[in-house]
Amino acid sequence: MTILKALLGAVAAVSLFSAPASAQTYPERTITVIVPFSAGGPTDTVTRLVAESMSKDLGQQVIVENVGGAGGTLGAGRVAQAEPDGYTLLLYHIGMATSATLYRNLAYDTLNAFEYVGLVTEVPMTIVARKDFEPNDLKGLIEYVKANKDTVTVANAGIGAASHLCGMMFMNAIGTQLTTVPYKGTGPAMTDLLGGQVDIMCDQTTNTTKQIQGGTIKAYAVTSPKRLKIFPDLPTASEAGLPGFEVGIWHGLYAPKGTPPEVTDRLSKSLQKALKDENVIARFAELGTEPSSEADATPAALKAKLESEIARWKPVIEAAGEYAD
Amino acid sequence: MDLVSNLALGFATAASPANLLFCLIGVLLGTLIGVLPGIGATATIAMLLPITFQLEPVSSLIMLAGIYYGAQYGGSTTAILINMPGESSSAVTAIDGYQMARNGRAGAALAIAALGSFFAGTVATFLVAIFAPPLTAIALEFGAAEYFSLMIVGLVSSVALAHGSIVKALAMVALGLLLGLVGTDIYTGTPRFTLGIREYADGLNFVGLAVGVFGIAEILRNLESEKTREVLMARVTDLMPSRDDFKRMLAPILRGTVIGSALGILPGGGAILAAFASYTVEKRISDRPQDFGRGAVAGVAGPESANNAGAQTSFIPLLTLGIPANPVMALMIGAMIIQGIVPGPNVAAEQPRLFWGIIASMWIGNLMLVVLNLPLIGLWVKLLKVPYFILFPIIMAFSSVGVYSVNANVYDLYAVAFFGLVGYLLLKLRCEPAPLLLGFVLGPLLEENLRRAMILSRGDPTTFFTRPISATLLAIAAVVLVVVFLPAVKAKREEVFVEED
Repeated sequence: MTILKALLGAVAAVSLFSAPASAQTYPERTITVIVPFSAGGPTDTVTRLVAESMSKDLGQQVIVENVGGAGGTLGAGRVAQAEPDGYTLLLYHIGMATSATLYRNLAYDTLNAFEYVGLVTEVPMTIVARKDFEPNDLKGLIEYVKANKDTVTVANAGIGAASHLCGMMFMNAIGTQLTTVPYKGTGPAMTDLLGGQVDIMCDQTTNTTKQIQGGTIKAYAVTSPKRLKIFPDLPTASEAGLPGFEVGIWHGLYAPKGTPPEVTDRLSKSLQKALKDENVIARFAELGTEPSSEADATPAALKAKLESEIARWKPVIEAAGEYAD
Repeated sequence: MDLVSNLALGFATAASPANLLFCLIGVLLGTLIGVLPGIGATATIAMLLPITFQLEPVSSLIMLAGIYYGAQYGGSTTAILINMPGESSSAVTAIDGYQMARNGRAGAALAIAALGSFFAGTVATFLVAIFAPPLTAIALEFGAAEYFSLMIVGLVSSVALAHGSIVKALAMVALGLLLGLVGTDIYTGTPRFTLGIREYADGLNFVGLAVGVFGIAEILRNLESEKTREVLMARVTDLMPSRDDFKRMLAPILRGTVIGSALGILPGGGAILAAFASYTVEKRISDRPQDFGRGAVAGVAGPESANNAGAQTSFIPLLTLGIPANPVMALMIGAMIIQGIVPGPNVAAEQPRLFWGIIASMWIGNLMLVVLNLPLIGLWVKLLKVPYFILFPIIMAFSSVGVYSVNANVYDLYAVAFFGLVGYLLLKLRCEPAPLLLGFVLGPLLEENLRRAMILSRGDPTTFFTRPISATLLAIAAVVLVVVFLPAVKAKREEVFVEED
């Protein structure tokens, strides 16, 4: 039944593609949110939870399409070129800001190719290590890695990944360059951390929460401004020895440039509602994150975030000299 | 006894009418999807994810798991019938399975694949149930150096995949390795051989390549002359394996099960090797190696069992660590998270119903597959009787849809067309596509792990010999190499080659 509905929705979406957007009656058909990563990952999960809830409010199916590749920039490029009618949206994380520096030949101009709907969530990161790694707190960790900078290895899930960005920021903050070990995705990186093949990693709570709870890895700090409800005993990086060290994998919802403001406003309202949905809050909590506030789930807040983050990451990436093209 | 009560809980969960129904839907859908060329489990599960919102967690995961092994199974069907493997493991089945089909023994090949898969699935399910935690510990011992050495064993063995000239097989492996280099270098972020096309930044799509060099090339070859086509269609004789077949499939199934179960546990691409490794072993120890590549029963039974056993045991890292072994597993994790279950090392303790329910449903699903598919063989074989002017366009259409659906990337379709022509050219040159595909799959893993091992050892190459598991694997590779180039064996190989001409 549901497959049939989804199929019909898809067919309707194709056949009505040329229909003009009318802001008053929006939405009249299925909305597609493009996730620029493969299905099953953290961004995909966040999107599906929000899309499900937004469908109820908008009275139309909001379906998720995965267009992975090139660190998310392929999917973003697709949306940049899509019809600005509010029926094709993009949910992209912090990569939207970092790719502006990491990629020197993007097919779109990050700041001028999109309209903004709002921030969705900011997933905190955790600084973790293999479970038998010597240091027991963040201060100890910093001393240890400075003293053993030739042998300590930092895992990440590939260039542009959250773990790569956070690792880069960490090394930048402690002023010490360590050996980075890139992997193709979080899965293999986490496997090697569990197996003790690499020493430390900084990754999203979506990936580390269960491992920390299971005692298979050691956690030193969270990178959010406040402690997390699920880990009340885990200090923030600021508290534990790295003042001002805050990294969050923020997710934003975008529309192609030229989408009417009535449409983005309608989407913002719907997003804000979805972020108050109990199911969404509960699921987010299990992933160690929480929905963005109503004030953040607005076009203006997302625009400001994107601009400030591009400015913040540019020097860090340039200092590391690691580009993705 | 813990295990008994756990399994009892699992079977009680999986055998509830609703879950049985979802398991059935899953395997049916999976088989169907698998039979459609080019459309794999990943695309299907991604499309069905939204549906799982409405279901109970256990039911939805049972259904998704059903799709996974159903598709694995269905993929072998297309590999055998139309030489169109949907994934790396069925590429091996295509070698001898398709030859059996051309000899009019498509039914027997399908039945052998079904029975082998079922046996292997049963054994592997019990392995998962009994030994999951200790096996996980072994898997975690595998670091970059070990994976590198494992891939070396795989590459060295790949020569056995060829049934013609060794030189050509090596050339194909090398070509595959080169094609595997396309994409972004994960260590420096530099795009390699992408021709400036951003869409190839993540490399060539495996399904696109496989559909091209196997399927499209085969279609082109078939269109060459009216005669070969008629031969294929007219001679569908025995639907069931003969007594002799049963005798010859028994040992390969047992060996395939062992190989597949062992390699499936390794999350970093071990399962990919299972079918290839089994084929190599079967060919080496067979008393009739000249049959391989011409429809050898063991060449279907062994790899199919290995493939299915690997598919089951690859659930181990997911169930015990919450870490996906392949893209399908990553999707299953996504589905669990949407349901509010974040998989991790404690999932067995926190969600015993879910954990044991899935394990029990694996066996039930395998049983359903064999019960469903044995009677369906007649129907599948009839597919071959569909006139080519209907069948070929349908195959092309479905495989294009399938390839496109993976990443919604048009350049993947260009790759299918291009590699279709390349595959046809290779056929004309009597070069075989299977070693190429193996090189393509193993190349990136080989490079990635070699460089990672060197980074971790701080540039010290002795790491490959001082780590015991790695050293053992390299020793195995050396032995295989010696066997391949032993004069006696070589003479035998050449004899085979001459016969073929």
